[in-house]
Amino acid sequence: MNMRTPLGKVRGYGSARSGTQHFWQQRLTAVALVPLTLWFVWAVVRYTGAPYTDVVAFLSHPISGVAMLMFVLTGIFHMLLGLKVVIEDYIHSEGSKVALLLLSNFAALAIAATCVVAVFRIVV
Amino acid sequence: MAEDQGKARPVARPLAPHLQIYRWPITMGTSILHRVTGVGLSAGTLLLAWWLVAVSMGPDAYAEFADLASGWFGRLVLFGFTLALVYHAMNGIRHLFWDAGIGLDLKAANNSGIAVYALSIIATLLIWVAAYQSMGAWQ
Repeated sequence: MNMRTPLGKVRGYGSARSGTQHFWQQRLTAVALVPLTLWFVWAVVRYTGAPYTDVVAFLSHPISGVAMLMFVLTGIFHMLLGLKVVIEDYIHSEGSKVALLLLSNFAALAIAATCVVAVFRIVV
Repeated sequence: MAEDQGKARPVARPLAPHLQIYRWPITMGTSILHRVTGVGLSAGTLLLAWWLVAVSMGPDAYAEFADLASGWFGRLVLFGFTLALVYHAMNGIRHLFWDAGIGLDLKAANNSGIAVYALSIIATLLIWVAAYQSMGAWQ
């Protein structure tokens, strides 16, 4: 016997009420990170050992700044999705689990905000 | 119930999964390493933030960062960071192929796992060779 309402079936969100959203966001950010990571590795290699003024000149170019922020923000979002799965898989006590999930979210937000402010200070 | 089982089983047989004698399948290693590198890269975001903050704060802060990053310990950490990033990216692409339904049979999954291991090491070494050359060119 199926106890699900017709509306619930159509929405397809299941018992977790988010459907395949987490899975899909993880893939979407993964695909985006392929070119962004290639660019990031290229940039780091290119400016290894470079004088300060050259590093600033590179990062203060709007395209570099935007690319760096896209890499940082997409990466941190991807990181949050991944850490959520790892925490939920291995931490079984409800208190520690919720605490770690909160901590990972706050830490990610703090790191993201720090990077955004840093890149803005370089670009402007 | 527990006592009955004890009587019915006089021989102390090994209990599954008995990890000491269990030969790890290739896919198990690649999967665990994907998670380990993922968690490691999470810590690595701090290095990235530190680099950007150092650049934004001026030449002195940047010189301090460059000193620490170019020391033997800094290079060791950065080499680990490179290897983790390259492995996670390559194995991630392998996962994306799986999501598309490609390469899911056992033989293909094992082969792609070995390929990812080999390519990660080669690519990491190439990145470092290129970085050293770039460093020499700036001098």
